Amino acid sequence: MTTTTRIDRRFAALKAEGRPALVCFVTAGDPDAKTFAEILAALPGAGADVIEVGMPFSDPMADGPAIQAASLRALQSGQTMVKTLKMVADFRKTDPDTPIVLMGYYNPVYVYPAEKFLDDAVAAGVDGLIIVDVPPEADDELCLPAVKRGLNFIRLTTPTTDAKRLPKVLTNTSGFVYYVSITGITGAAAPVVNDVHSQVARIKGATDLPVVVGFGVRTGEQAAALAKGADGVVVGSALVNAVKDSLGPKGEATSDTVPAVLGLVKSLSQALQPA
Amino acid sequence: MATRTDKTSEAKLNSYRTGPDDQGHFGLFGGRFVAETLMPLILELETAYYAAKADPKFQAELTDLLNNYGGRPSPLYYAERLTDHFRQVAAASGGKGGAKVYFKRDELNHTGSHKINNCLGQIQLARRMGKTRIIAETGAGQHGVAVATVCARFGLPCEIFMGATDVKRQSPNVARMHMLNAKVNAVTSGAGTLKDAMNEALRDWVTNVKDTYYIIGTAAGPHPYPEMVRDFQAIIGNETREQMLSREGRLPDTLVACIGGGSNAIGLFHPFLDDEGVAIYGVEAGGHGVEVENGHAASMSGGKPGVLHGNRTYLLQDGDGQILEGHSISAGLDYPGVGPEHSWLKDTGRVTYVPITDKEALDAFQLCARQEGIIPALEPSHALAYVTKLAPTLPQDNLLVMNMCGRGDKDVFAVAGYLGMTI
Repeated sequence: MTTTTRIDRRFAALKAEGRPALVCFVTAGDPDAKTFAEILAALPGAGADVIEVGMPFSDPMADGPAIQAASLRALQSGQTMVKTLKMVADFRKTDPDTPIVLMGYYNPVYVYPAEKFLDDAVAAGVDGLIIVDVPPEADDELCLPAVKRGLNFIRLTTPTTDAKRLPKVLTNTSGFVYYVSITGITGAAAPVVNDVHSQVARIKGATDLPVVVGFGVRTGEQAAALAKGADGVVVGSALVNAVKDSLGPKGEATSDTVPAVLGLVKSLSQALQPA
Repeated sequence: MATRTDKTSEAKLNSYRTGPDDQGHFGLFGGRFVAETLMPLILELETAYYAAKADPKFQAELTDLLNNYGGRPSPLYYAERLTDHFRQVAAASGGKGGAKVYFKRDELNHTGSHKINNCLGQIQLARRMGKTRIIAETGAGQHGVAVATVCARFGLPCEIFMGATDVKRQSPNVARMHMLNAKVNAVTSGAGTLKDAMNEALRDWVTNVKDTYYIIGTAAGPHPYPEMVRDFQAIIGNETREQMLSREGRLPDTLVACIGGGSNAIGLFHPFLDDEGVAIYGVEAGGHGVEVENGHAASMSGGKPGVLHGNRTYLLQDGDGQILEGHSISAGLDYPGVGPEHSWLKDTGRVTYVPITDKEALDAFQLCARQEGIIPALEPSHALAYVTKLAPTLPQDNLLVMNMCGRGDKDVFAVAGYLGMTI
């Protein structure tokens, strides 16, 4: 790595503090643009160390019902890719340090089109990308052009990524490695903690990058257990469900929406503080 | 992004039959756009498929099943009264045309459509790979019935994902799947049609990676599915070639087939792609008309390239890359994408793709029933509707083959409803 990015700096600082990163996933524009902007701006203060912003897509094949529903809420409230990038740019005006990773599926990026998307993402202050359905076999499509612009391209490794395949997945990965704790979709079954620990150790044996664990993480206790031996945990469906559960009868944001999300983030953050 | 997004060269190719490349690309289209959890499975499937393809024992067992269980070869039938009808239509406007129309009778297969060709191939592959549980998506239910059938035949548990909307409009096929001991999961996400069923099937697969085999029903999805399904369906074109040579002493001049994902069409077309004299037409579902926004399912006539369900192909989508639901009277054509090889054949110009509206398909459905005593499925009714436009303009010695890829039993109640018949 020739330059350090906001993500590199954040993980280095957390390592010095001796605590794992809390990576928070929220869907851009969920439940509406204004409420989302409030949530995004307040996440770092509540304890989010890295923010993943979901780019809504009509057909999120790797996601469970919670994130799928969040995408639909956002799209129905008029969310577009241009608006998502604008929200990041607005966030960046007041927060120069918290890394933002855009996460989503390839099609909305591809039709943007891709080169312009990468330029606009850099200009908005995006730090990394997770594009679920672009495997390393297609690195020349998006990963390499992104890396060339200084963006981190973060890959998922899964329980099915065996020792033979792992080096291929890690080759152009930067920022951090996202270990998917289960074979399944987001928000599904809870991962088996011991299995995760051994898998994380295996990945850390193959890379110097930070490794974070995600999929199926709901509570502070669980997050703390999974974080042992890893460099962070991702919470997504639980936050998105906090949004959903706070909505009014017509699916509209209420005065509970922002506090519900931030309250959960605070409790997760506390659970991850060093003893 | 340099090479792969280049438009397919304008220069004439030596062959249209060599694709895909080793990464599953047909020019710009195809590929393997799936989440990491599925990548190792897709790679394992590719290795297993190529090994099976090269194994004479696998091929011999498959041929035996196709012939003695599936009912192949399907007849190539000269549709004499329809041919006369088209000649009268031509004569009425002062012309001398009227192609000689043949039907490739794949609706006579076991389970009533071409879908069984692919399912027999894939179930044999699944067994060879030691998989013990089968999942599939279905739109009209023809693929679901074919999957449930082969699972019953080989004693494997089977779950079918079907959009809730389709469960309603294709109830006879839902009943058949239940009778065949398949579990049918009605999918309520999205518009509850084929694309949503495919999303749910992929979610199941990603969750049950170890024991489960996913039988995709059309020549789409991540590599190797488009190639594999095409290979299993190419028996349609291979038989047609032999049958026409034996019957007329030469190749057909014109081929017509309907396109949803496009498996029956690629099966008919592929063996003829390098025969320059054969004109080839793929017929898409024009719904209420391709000019009606989100009112059709003609992804090539009215969509643009994008990435969905593991492959790059023409898709119905809005300006922000969100997938549209599309519409067709035919549940089997109601899909926002199309197999990637068709997208490539469109861009190379080798195949001409045209839309047919719901109404035109309904008219053709009735014409076929009355003229030939064959009640076609709504899917090939689209192909026939284009034949009614094309055949009268062609000379009488033009040999035209239309793939009658499914029978209309599943559609009779829905069509009776559209026609206002009381039963």
